[in-house]
Amino acid sequence: MTLLRTTDRGLYCAAGDFFIDPWAAVDRAIVTHAHGDHVAWGCHRYLTSAEGHAVLASRLEPGAKIESVAYGVALDLAGVRVSLHPAGHILGSSQIRVEHAGEAWVVSGDYKASADPTCTAFEPVPCHTFVTESTFGLPIYRWPSPQAVFDDIHAWWRANQGAGQATLLLGYPLGKSQRLLAGLDESIGPILTHGSVERMTEVYRAAGVALPPTRHVSSVDGRADRLGALVLAPPSADATLWTRRLGVHSSGFASGWMAIRGIRRRRSIDRGFTISDHVDWPSLLDAIRATGAECVWVTHGYSSVVARWLCEQGLDASAIETRFEGERDDTVAAEV
Amino acid sequence: MRSFARLYATLDATTATNAKIAALVEYFRRAPPEDVVWAVHFLRGQRPKRLLGSAKLRAWAAEEAGIPDWLFEESYLAVGDLAETVTLLLPDTGASSDLPLAVWIERRLLALRGQDEAVQRQEVVRAWRELGRQERYVWNKLITGSFRVGASARMVERALAEVSGLSEGVIAHRLMGAWEPTPEFFTRLTAPDVRDTDTSRPYPFFLAYALDREPDELGDLVEWIAEWKWDGIRSQLVRRAGRTFLWSRGEELMNGRFPEIEQVAPMLPDGTVLDGELLPWMDEAPLPFAQLQRRIGRKTIGKKLLADVPIVLVAYDLLEEDGADLRGNPLSERRARLARLLERTASAGRLRLSPLIEAGSWDAVRIARGRARARGAEGVMLKRVSSAYGVGRRRGDWWKWKVAPLSVDAVLIYAQPGSGRRAGLFTDYTFGIWDGDALVPFAKAYSGLTDDEIRRVDAFVRRNTLEKFGPVRTVKPDLVFELAFEGIQESTRHRSGLAVRFPRMTRWRTDKNPRDADTIETVRGLLADRGE
Repeated sequence: MTLLRTTDRGLYCAAGDFFIDPWAAVDRAIVTHAHGDHVAWGCHRYLTSAEGHAVLASRLEPGAKIESVAYGVALDLAGVRVSLHPAGHILGSSQIRVEHAGEAWVVSGDYKASADPTCTAFEPVPCHTFVTESTFGLPIYRWPSPQAVFDDIHAWWRANQGAGQATLLLGYPLGKSQRLLAGLDESIGPILTHGSVERMTEVYRAAGVALPPTRHVSSVDGRADRLGALVLAPPSADATLWTRRLGVHSSGFASGWMAIRGIRRRRSIDRGFTISDHVDWPSLLDAIRATGAECVWVTHGYSSVVARWLCEQGLDASAIETRFEGERDDTVAAEV
Repeated sequence: MRSFARLYATLDATTATNAKIAALVEYFRRAPPEDVVWAVHFLRGQRPKRLLGSAKLRAWAAEEAGIPDWLFEESYLAVGDLAETVTLLLPDTGASSDLPLAVWIERRLLALRGQDEAVQRQEVVRAWRELGRQERYVWNKLITGSFRVGASARMVERALAEVSGLSEGVIAHRLMGAWEPTPEFFTRLTAPDVRDTDTSRPYPFFLAYALDREPDELGDLVEWIAEWKWDGIRSQLVRRAGRTFLWSRGEELMNGRFPEIEQVAPMLPDGTVLDGELLPWMDEAPLPFAQLQRRIGRKTIGKKLLADVPIVLVAYDLLEEDGADLRGNPLSERRARLARLLERTASAGRLRLSPLIEAGSWDAVRIARGRARARGAEGVMLKRVSSAYGVGRRRGDWWKWKVAPLSVDAVLIYAQPGSGRRAGLFTDYTFGIWDGDALVPFAKAYSGLTDDEIRRVDAFVRRNTLEKFGPVRTVKPDLVFELAFEGIQESTRHRSGLAVRFPRMTRWRTDKNPRDADTIETVRGLLADRGE
């Protein structure tokens, strides 16, 4: 019996009697981060990072029992040593290190290696077995530098202002929107938000993350196009009635999937910006190497492709099931 | 290459017509003429023939990227486009090339033809290393013969008109027919003297939109004429300087294919251009389209075929008479002149006037449309009597009102073997329509072809398989079929966003090339009023 094993409710540690990112209610859930595909409602107890406590609380039912622990501090759960380490995905995202009888496992959750001022940076954690995500686990995914992407966004924003248009920048409301916000140059014009983005941004600010000022779209006088504003909104807001209040606008989508032209075109948006909160192919391979793990479980994404590649490199790798592996196009709607 | 790649990226990044035209104007102004002509050549949809097989490119790119073939294929599945897959897989070297487009095309690309494989490989890999990401993508599109861009011929013409100070009509006319992308051609294209001397050149075809409303809404019937919408090959017969030129709508010169027409064309006076439809004709009526297909694509035509399937030109417009361009004159006048001209031309019945449908009311037109199939026509054309002969597809003056069912021209993209009596034959097909420059799967159809046609498609599939996924073959997008269906609706379960009811193949359009297939925009247009 391995230290962690897959069950119909997700990854389970029998020795410590806890689940990591279960997809159904369990007694004790350790949560890597607060995105919907990693959190199940109705668990008896949740454990997450101190940095991510408020974010998780905002996503769970009121009164949910959430315990938290600082990064790097080890807990003893029924003789199993558990510690959380920064994953760099969103505020409070963690890798979970589990050690028992001299054997160490790390579950990555979602993670990225590129710079993001809104959360603690990813750090490799040595282990024997590494459970890694693989959302962008193909060699076609190699991210441009975030600065180059922000330069493009700024140039686009300025051009839209020149054309009397508002700039509608679509991104996932938790994590992606705040990362975008932190990189935006507020001297160009006002930054407005969709309600769902504003709510999560408030949570970030309350947790002490410095972000440029924003205002909810409906709280400003004047239309976004006349103000030359940039509006942050979730992908689901695109081409809905809600966008009418912005006036004339150009829409862009910030996501790793935008690296692929066909996906960009299928969404019929004006611009795609390749910026992701997941590792690209080179960083994924670097991260795996840095753990020193000889055994790798691959999940969430191109699991079998990455596992096959790792096996060819001499590692003991296998793909494991998650419940959230639909069509790629579904994932595009909400890269989380 | 850098500025052409930038133009490509700009055209790709915007859906706004004016922004596209502005980008084209900017490029046409800045680039040297030898580059501009190549750009115009490609932007108007002409492409170099495929220079290299896809298998070679895959193998070279996988090796250059340092990945095994299976990982290349997984990557290709995620991207869905060979040129783009190669672009994304190769490392960015930070390189970029400011060598002019013409040099890249003439010395690097066309020079690949006929070289042995080792040289081709060395040259292609060298190009990949010298080019930046966007440039590499354009290069890959060119060497795979799949270059398409989101700018219509009309936008290119508008931009050239703006740059040259000439009218769009003059530019469009000069771009018709055969020309070589040389700086000399560019000089002729933009020459301020508009008395052109090229005797062969046809006029840009004026095209009708599908009627999207009740005809009654077009106003008083006296302002309109109704004609049959013939189901043949749209063509212009040009007779100038003692010579005859027969052009298809695809700007293809069809001389030699329809000798019976060329035989009588000299009866027309010099300086005459007719617009009409080539139709197989016997006993005062058209033969089925399938008969015409027997004549299409044959360079040499035997006596028996000439006797079995005689061709006539059913003319409905007169674009030039006595060397004068009549396109600006009202249709009523052009038609009257056409009727007089054909009356005094001894053409042995091979140049015929397309008759008007005599109808006293829109209801009578409706009834006529109901009889269209029986007449060998595919519907009714409605044209405003005062209309000029325009350029390209314009709304307002000319409408085509086809008989039901709904139909779409789509490209065969996947095939899989049938079962039962069709086991072992590729009989189950998936068809794509254009979404920008990609074909998206649109409908599956299994029925409508004759056994003989099935055997021919099956042979095509085996010879033109690009990939195999289990039983499914991805085939070279080359065959165009007319699909008919009973209803169309939006669907989130289909890649195209559209679902159709009872799709079936109604015709193998051997006369069309894949570029002529329908686009997602035109098909979506069917949703508004004919959908469920």
